[in-house]
Amino acid sequence: METQTLIYLFVGVSFALYIGIAIWSRAGSTKEFYVAGGGVNPVVNGMATAADWMSAASFISMAGLIAFLGYDGSVYLMGWTGGYVMLALLLAPYLRKFGQFTVPDFIGTRYYSKAARVVAVICLIFISFTYIAGQMRGVGIVFSRFLDVPIFWGVIIGMGIVFIYAVLGGMKGITYTQVAQYCVLIFAYMVPAFFISYLVTGNPIPQLGLGSTVNDGSGMYVLETLDRVLVDLGFGPYTDGSKSMIDVFCITMALMVGTAGLPHVIVRFFTVPKASDARKSAGWALVFIALLYTTAPAVGAFARLNFVDTVNEQTYADAPDWFKNWEANDLIAFYDKNEDGVMQYRDGNAIIGAPVYAETSAAAGQRAVDNEPDMASENEVYVDRDIMVLANPEIANLPGWVIALVAAGGLAAALSTAAGLLLVISSSVSHDLLKSTFRPNISEKGELLAARLAATAAIFVAGYLGIYPPGWVAQVVAFAFGLAAASLFPAIFMGIFSKSMNKEGAIAGMVSGLAFTFIYIFYFKLANPEANVAENWLLGISPEGIGVIGMLINFAIAIAVSKVTASPPVEVRKLVDSIRVPRGAGDAHAH
Amino acid sequence: MDNENTPPPEAETSAAEDAYWRENIRLLVILMAIWFACSFGCGILLRDWLDQFMLGGYPLGFWFAQQGSIYIFMALIFYYVVKMKKIERKYDLDD
Repeated sequence: METQTLIYLFVGVSFALYIGIAIWSRAGSTKEFYVAGGGVNPVVNGMATAADWMSAASFISMAGLIAFLGYDGSVYLMGWTGGYVMLALLLAPYLRKFGQFTVPDFIGTRYYSKAARVVAVICLIFISFTYIAGQMRGVGIVFSRFLDVPIFWGVIIGMGIVFIYAVLGGMKGITYTQVAQYCVLIFAYMVPAFFISYLVTGNPIPQLGLGSTVNDGSGMYVLETLDRVLVDLGFGPYTDGSKSMIDVFCITMALMVGTAGLPHVIVRFFTVPKASDARKSAGWALVFIALLYTTAPAVGAFARLNFVDTVNEQTYADAPDWFKNWEANDLIAFYDKNEDGVMQYRDGNAIIGAPVYAETSAAAGQRAVDNEPDMASENEVYVDRDIMVLANPEIANLPGWVIALVAAGGLAAALSTAAGLLLVISSSVSHDLLKSTFRPNISEKGELLAARLAATAAIFVAGYLGIYPPGWVAQVVAFAFGLAAASLFPAIFMGIFSKSMNKEGAIAGMVSGLAFTFIYIFYFKLANPEANVAENWLLGISPEGIGVIGMLINFAIAIAVSKVTASPPVEVRKLVDSIRVPRGAGDAHAH
Repeated sequence: MDNENTPPPEAETSAAEDAYWRENIRLLVILMAIWFACSFGCGILLRDWLDQFMLGGYPLGFWFAQQGSIYIFMALIFYYVVKMKKIERKYDLDD
């Protein structure tokens, strides 16, 4: 069968599966809508958390990022997994014992303050929308590449699918669809990874393959070969990064703490039956995530090696098919600086800026670009990092069904995260703003309707951001993690571990951490991007890592303010005592 | 993290709960120290020095940063799950 037919088949079948699950598991009460009824098995919840967590960025972009960053890519690997240790040990079991529905719920109740709750809702909505815009764009891009439709229609189809299972099913629908999506995405990721690892090293397990010798008879290790090949071409060695140690440290920390403070991840631990299950569930989530995260660096390294092997010093006329496919999709460009018809791949930029394709062909038959060449470098190949995972099956010459599988996997990853984010936005609006702040007398039915309306509205906003991505979307992904680290995490952490933390301290801490981090990222990413170089950074910390300083400011201000203001009331101290012991978590959901 | 300067107005928790919480905190501190040591310690701060040793084809510091930390994170969580269950049973506070 043709690859394109297979893609339609795989994507169609997986979508039918998600919708079927959504109809089977639709939510009938607010408790089912917000926390899936609170009875999800911890292993199942771990799988759903993994799908929720691994977005289009993890599935499509991460291996490509690591392939080009080498050692520096470790910040994502450690950052996005280490946060689960913090979740399991420091947050999840206590939040589950608290037993309410949302993150602002905990902050509002623990700090006995509507103002604290509203500040938390604002942080949550801002973080979630920043994140979701990127997801919808991811859906659009994967669709347009694999289904051969314009990005606009790709986003519309994605919106329709998410609408059906998030609005109908709420948390209950999402949980079980995410389990299916996890299975699709991990299978889709592992199959080409096994193949490429086997082809390059003879060892099909990618985690072991990356530490093995290359299959070309030279007896050299993969990483050793990669280091040598890249240094020969003028790049830095693969196993050495270019970021400063303090920056690597801070970015890793900001990503870890941010992960532990991201509302759509935290809320998943409200759905298991017991406090001890929340710990167990965080462990399973990490196992399912680690399967992909320990594979990604291998995929990245193999793909980089293959890329250099098949492209460098190759005539354009004999370039492999995948090279021309991705060139046709605007993600690769060849600018023949020395006009020899052979592609020289070196360090540095081939052209200045992102390629602007002309309608004509250049001398060797490649697509001509209108960009100026960057004469400071001999490099002639422009390559978008995102193609590494998507092109992998083609680079390794895998059969059409594997390519179809990757298409279905990429869509599963983007859709599952988008749905999880939509849900925290809608629960915050209906539960925290409406029910707990402005309309306390609303009926259960009214609240459920409000949650569905809020989810619908959020889908339209997300779809709009996906179709017309404002230029700032790509610039501000750092916001989501930095702000979660600087605002929500410290407030939750101190709410559990310090009985004397009061509402004045918590609010002052959240506002100052948020304000500092926001202004720093805003200045370097949006207001004055030319100044975004290491010499101008505070202590040499990039905007990606600054959430750590925001977090420290949050802690310091909160503790200082709480020392000079009234202690929290006795009921609150009792609440903290009760969330610290696991007994009775099953009853907590009864109210 | 508790502020020792302002003692609670009355005894709010039972002796079993206090002892349980102290044991939990001790375990937390140990596990978080390992968490820090393997990721930030071996993967970042000591990476250059560790890279002189090889683990198969992996320079050791690079291995910690891109593979090892993740395996250790998983082990830490499951150890905590098992250990906490024991502590909860000991003080009769399990759920």
